[in-house]
Amino acid sequence: MFQVRIHGRGGQGVVTAAEMLSVAAFEEGRHAQAFPSFGSERTGAPVVAFCRMDDREIRLREPIMAPDALIIQDPTLLHQVDVFAGIKPDGYLLINTSKSFAQLGLADFVRDRRSERLCTVPATEIALRHVGRPVPNVPLLGGFAAMSGLIRLDSVIKAINDKFSGKVAAGNVAAATEAFNIVREEIAADGQARGGQRGAFSNMGSNSHA
Amino acid sequence: MLKQIEGSRAVAEAVALCRPEVICAYPISPQTHIVEALGEFVKDGTLAPCEFINVESEFAAMSVAIGSSAAGARTYTATASQGLLFMAEAVYNASGLGLPIVMTVANRAIGAPINIWNDHSDALSQRDSGWLQIFAETNQEALDLHIQAFRLAEELSLPIMVCMDGFILTHAYERVDMPTQAQVDAYLPKYEPRQVLDPAEPVSIGAMVGPEAFMEVRYLAHAKQMEALKLIPGYAAEFREVFGRDSGGLTHTYKADDAETMVVAMGSLLGTIKDVIDEMRAAGHKIGVLGITLFRPFPIAQVREALHGAQRVVVLEKSLAVGLGGILATNVRMALSALPIDVYTVVAGIGGRPITMRSLHALFREAERDDIDPVTFLDLNHDVVDKQLARERSTRRSGPAAEAILRDIGVVAAKVAQEVR
Repeated sequence: MFQVRIHGRGGQGVVTAAEMLSVAAFEEGRHAQAFPSFGSERTGAPVVAFCRMDDREIRLREPIMAPDALIIQDPTLLHQVDVFAGIKPDGYLLINTSKSFAQLGLADFVRDRRSERLCTVPATEIALRHVGRPVPNVPLLGGFAAMSGLIRLDSVIKAINDKFSGKVAAGNVAAATEAFNIVREEIAADGQARGGQRGAFSNMGSNSHA
Repeated sequence: MLKQIEGSRAVAEAVALCRPEVICAYPISPQTHIVEALGEFVKDGTLAPCEFINVESEFAAMSVAIGSSAAGARTYTATASQGLLFMAEAVYNASGLGLPIVMTVANRAIGAPINIWNDHSDALSQRDSGWLQIFAETNQEALDLHIQAFRLAEELSLPIMVCMDGFILTHAYERVDMPTQAQVDAYLPKYEPRQVLDPAEPVSIGAMVGPEAFMEVRYLAHAKQMEALKLIPGYAAEFREVFGRDSGGLTHTYKADDAETMVVAMGSLLGTIKDVIDEMRAAGHKIGVLGITLFRPFPIAQVREALHGAQRVVVLEKSLAVGLGGILATNVRMALSALPIDVYTVVAGIGGRPITMRSLHALFREAERDDIDPVTFLDLNHDVVDKQLARERSTRRSGPAAEAILRDIGVVAAKVAQEVR
């Protein structure tokens, strides 16, 4: 089982992102379960949503406490909410920002982690350019596809077209694609910096039920 | 057809396949998405003929449902929490009159303190109302149970609540296999009412009944409800023939053979329990679980049969009978009367508190050692409770308890992953 926790603020499409991620996983024949943190969400308030993916039926209903991947839609949460709670030592981290991890004050956090699993993408700017609204959720899913290799960009695009139509869908497809390419280049650059070594993608079954 | 959709949407689509003729509802979280979707289906013509009636309250919703059902229409509504309480008088009338209304209850806590999150207090408060009550474990089962519910309700001429965990199921996206219209039509016959308000053949429904006949009318309601125990296994078998999967039934056991410790629960919690049991079985523990699908009528014989070989029974329930302990546990105890089995009541997950595998592992191990209280509150923060009790002992005007406890706990928003600790 692979577990993703998404942190953001009310109005940024956090819950929608988890739902679309589950649809993308479903498109690839997997079982997936997406659910919100069940708060009374208000615009701007911290919001959490969850997505589990597995090759077998998912029965577990607890919140995701030890995520394999974190998507942070709003970097201002980093020092307000314990977003890193429970993240696995070799977990993936994708942050919506144009800053570096050091600039975000995360130099200590990232030091001993696998650098090819730590990515940033300016998703809000990408969304503004393609969708015309500061909704970073969909480009981050494109970035997640590139970072994790768990879902294909095609599946993210299918999920976009499942949720939206017309110009909004087209804009989101363009935004997800751009973010996908940015993160892919980021990982390639990281691989070159480390001597051509690419990180192995996580095996879906590696962390299954006992 | 396999779909990855929200639980509420799945239920709405399944209800639409049952061809209801009247839908009336008043919005309340976490039920709202279901009737919103049905409202769309009626408006865009995909569900026709059907009248969607906006009402001014839950009391009106159930009153309209009573009227339309008495007029011979297949009738559906949905509610939760305070909404169910607000319609309670009409809820009793619907069953007393023998009207086969199907109602989704998107289970949610009851205030005060006001709380929008999941537990089973709402449905269980109406356990003696004369409605049948069935609880879904997954979104697939939730949608399947609605199809079975119309069949059962109309055969018995009794109303049914289909209960699904609010948010945990209603707002979860997961895979469901949506039946075709042809499958549902093959399974669910046209509604043939036992009684109908028809100007061509006038009758009155709802007579005043005095001491000379009240007991007999109520006895019939009981006897009719008990018939469901005989009908449901057959309906579930037929469901399997038409739809190709198991759904519904009275009770279900999991890894119960040779189990010394049996857990009992209802609803979506069963999934997490099964994952814990798999891990404990792998570590050599003799533990299993009994899931109660049908809560009213209560399947006493099946519960006794499933549990009689155990040394102890742990009833995990999302409800609290204040002043007693458990509601489900009390029913389970009745099924086990005169058997030498310890029954523990564990109140868990009320008001939406997450029930984690970690807590269940600890709880079940303590239960195996018979090291838990007869009535246990899972993950209760004793420090906070003790602090408030001390405050109340020392100060006459100690103020409202809920506000004091919130102050002691601190800002929850800053601890999004509070369950991690």
